Amino acid sequence: MKLINKKPSSLVDKPMRYCPGCGHGIVHRLIAEIMDELDIRERTVGVAPVGCAVFADEYFNCDMIQGPHGRGPAIATGIKRSKPECIVFSYQGDGDLASIGMAETVHSAARSENITIIFINNAIYGMTGGQMAPTTLLGQISSTCPAGRSVAVNGYPIKVCEMLAQLQGARYLERTSVSTAPGVIKTKKAIKKAFQNQIDCVGFSMVEVLSTCPTNWGMTPVQGARFVDEKMTPIYPLGVYRSPEQ
Amino acid sequence: MPEIRVDETRCKGCELCVTACNLKCIAMSETFSVTGYYPAKLAKLECCTGCGLCAQICPDLAIEVWK
Repeated sequence: MKLINKKPSSLVDKPMRYCPGCGHGIVHRLIAEIMDELDIRERTVGVAPVGCAVFADEYFNCDMIQGPHGRGPAIATGIKRSKPECIVFSYQGDGDLASIGMAETVHSAARSENITIIFINNAIYGMTGGQMAPTTLLGQISSTCPAGRSVAVNGYPIKVCEMLAQLQGARYLERTSVSTAPGVIKTKKAIKKAFQNQIDCVGFSMVEVLSTCPTNWGMTPVQGARFVDEKMTPIYPLGVYRSPEQ
Repeated sequence: MPEIRVDETRCKGCELCVTACNLKCIAMSETFSVTGYYPAKLAKLECCTGCGLCAQICPDLAIEVWK
């Protein structure tokens, strides 16, 4: 018998400290598999966010830097411009990318920086204890909107892919989900394309991954995956929003 | 015969693999692992086809697929 899913060498062989059922582990694995497949581990530099994935540098077996909250695209820009031979990715959550880091995200897309952004959207602030994020759904309960997010008080959720698609500089934007196994396979394809774009010097590429936060949603991991499919996907439709071929 | 092997020190008992398996051959163990979770196990050895969907959804790289 043969092992058909060897652990990627771009991932350090240690258990992850994320909560049970958290999507971060899945996306970490996908990025590591892609680094192996494209043989870019030796020249990849990752930017870890502030959020649960602040520990990402402990798990990825490549050069990593951890930046201030939301500044991932700015740091990635600096690395890419000073060392263009490096493959640079920024790994960010929704509180990081869509809130405090919105300016950095929008402007790096407008400048069409040749970087790859992996945006994990779980509609809540995870690490800090489940506060409302810009991506929290209307009616969704969080610790800072215990009665559910309302338009009158909190406004509408931000759809990052749709927003960035208005910018000419954004070359590749896709939204996928890791709530089901087929979704994970599609996510891998999207992330691989985002890395390949950078190798081909296409410009700004971002993949938004709809992920789960069962702990802060107050659900089991299986209920969380169902929440993504039933509640999040209608608000955040999956698909390609910008592609280099357009 | 294809099979999966679950690393009990990594598995956090999230049960995502149970829902991912179309043939329903994965179940949760009835005893605690050393990390304090009920880990997944291959309950029906004969029905596993080695499709690897459980390993795709596993957030903790706890499942090895042998074929």
